[in-house]
Amino acid sequence: MANSSTRFSARLLIERSVATLIIGLVFFWLAINLVKSPSQFFQSSIIGISNGVLYALIALGYTLVYGIIELINFAHGDLFMLGGLFAATFITVWFKQETPSNTGYAVFFLCLIAAMGFCATINVGIERFAYRRLRKAPKLAPLITAVGVSFIIQFIGIRWNGSGPKTWNSVLPSGEFTISSVHIPYTTVISFLVTIPLLIFMTFIVAKTRRGKAMRATAQDADAARLMGINVNKTISFTFALGGALAGAAGLLFQQTRGLTNYNLGYQLGLIAFTSAVLGGIGNLSGAVLGAILIGLIQGLNDGLPIGLGQQWSQTVVFTILILLMVFKPTGLLGKPMVEKV
Amino acid sequence: MLKIENLEVTYGNIKAIKGISLEVNQGEIVTLIGSNGAGKSTTLRTISGILKPKSGSITFNGERIEGVEGHEIVAKGICQSPEGRRIFPKMTVDENLDLGAFLRNDKAEIKRDRQRVLELFPKLQERIDQKAGTMSGGEQQMLAVGRALMGSPKLLLLDEPSMGLAPVLVEMIFETIKKINDQGTTILLVEQNALAALNVADRAYVLESGSIKMSGKARDLISNDEVTKAYLGG
Ligand SMILES: Nc1ncnc2c1ncn2[C@@H]1O[C@H](COP(=O)(O)OP(=O)(O)OP(=O)(O)O)[C@@H](O)[C@H]1O
Ligand SMILES: [Mg+2]
Repeated sequence: MANSSTRFSARLLIERSVATLIIGLVFFWLAINLVKSPSQFFQSSIIGISNGVLYALIALGYTLVYGIIELINFAHGDLFMLGGLFAATFITVWFKQETPSNTGYAVFFLCLIAAMGFCATINVGIERFAYRRLRKAPKLAPLITAVGVSFIIQFIGIRWNGSGPKTWNSVLPSGEFTISSVHIPYTTVISFLVTIPLLIFMTFIVAKTRRGKAMRATAQDADAARLMGINVNKTISFTFALGGALAGAAGLLFQQTRGLTNYNLGYQLGLIAFTSAVLGGIGNLSGAVLGAILIGLIQGLNDGLPIGLGQQWSQTVVFTILILLMVFKPTGLLGKPMVEKV
Repeated sequence: MLKIENLEVTYGNIKAIKGISLEVNQGEIVTLIGSNGAGKSTTLRTISGILKPKSGSITFNGERIEGVEGHEIVAKGICQSPEGRRIFPKMTVDENLDLGAFLRNDKAEIKRDRQRVLELFPKLQERIDQKAGTMSGGEQQMLAVGRALMGSPKLLLLDEPSMGLAPVLVEMIFETIKKINDQGTTILLVEQNALAALNVADRAYVLESGSIKMSGKARDLISNDEVTKAYLGG
């Protein structure tokens, strides 16, 4: 007994000191860079955070769905890709808007609503036809199904967009403004203007509304939720709708700020967003946002700082951090291990 | 009020309920007793719409409700405090009670029912802002019963409300059940603690491996030799 507890605390001590050491090194690296070139530091941070909020929109879709039915929805990244294709079609093909103008902004805003509705509908449909009947099946079955759905959506992406990347003109202004030698592109400002209200709105829905209450109850115990009179199927559909809507907004933002669509974008960004969700503690909403912003920031700093590993190491850095975190804190940054009383 | 006829429920190939019939009248406390695995919880879960029966009928106030979705059953006025409590562990006591009244929007009435629940279980008032998952087993049990009462049920289903409670609390919970019934709620009570259940109930059914073995006035069953031997440890 005494033996095992000392061994346990020794392990804890090692874990603590390694974690402290790593965090210390990271801060040391940041400090050097900050001193060496403050403007570059802030520049990279801003780019990083604006990527981070985009990841957050997608990460929330993973974490919402995982929270409620414990499924890693592999098709979610691809839904984001589809949102981008929809935005390109809506703005450039249907409304023929290719330059910044008042009409362009109006169409952009219209498209935000339409893309959110489009992706929400598709996500609800996916749950209804692919996942729902597997809800009581072993966990592996819906997981494999999600992989299948991912392939189907990518195939649709190829049909819609072609097998290579396509570039588009944006209706968003391309300039930037400068605050003490830090350049802030207008598109970054617009990203924040779209994302932050969405995140606040989302938090409000989950924390304060009746639907949100039903979601949280269903996430904790679906049968108990039924006994409260909660329509569990409807609640799960609603959750997929929310996640889908956010992916739609992310798709539009990505397509308009980068001017790029490609059938495999969902795979790349989806993986990063999923990593964010795991980093923050999957199933935890604030965790997903925090994880996404951190990953965006880390990428931004690593890519942009004078002393850094550079862009080609970006993914490696992100996943190294993830692996370290999983070793030391498997529940993620904000995930709490829940002790259940029996 | 509630009438079950020839109900059959299966889990895959396993027959858990093999054609039972039972009845609960307005204002009664009816208890369903039986040993482990007899099918008591299965019966309650089927009434609540969590399980779909293979055959047979369940009638509530003249309306067929077998196979109806769980949330609609609650809307019809049947609430359950399930086996193992099943409170929402990451929510506070307050939020749990709130969810009990999920389908209601009569604010004044809800407030009155809340008052009543907190009077029945003063412990809950003390813990009102505590996360339900961090409460003791007994406190969680009170919350589960209180939460079911928040639905203002016409028929209350209680699945082993005394499970895991200290003797003092067991006595208290049965007194509370009696009180709830006196305030006008009809109760179907499932219990392992057969003696206490028979003492508080009007009528009783004895379930054994999925079939009703005996039924009658609770008073008569207490003095029945067979029941005494099998369930009352005499
Ligand atoms: N999900 C399930 N899958 C398969 N069999 C089940 C399931 N749930 C219950 N059973 C079986 O159905 C039978 C009745 O179970 P039930 O839970 O209704 O018993 P019970 O009378 O409530 O017992 P206890 O007093 O132990 O709670 C048991 O034989 C049990 O093993
Ligand atoms: Mg049981």
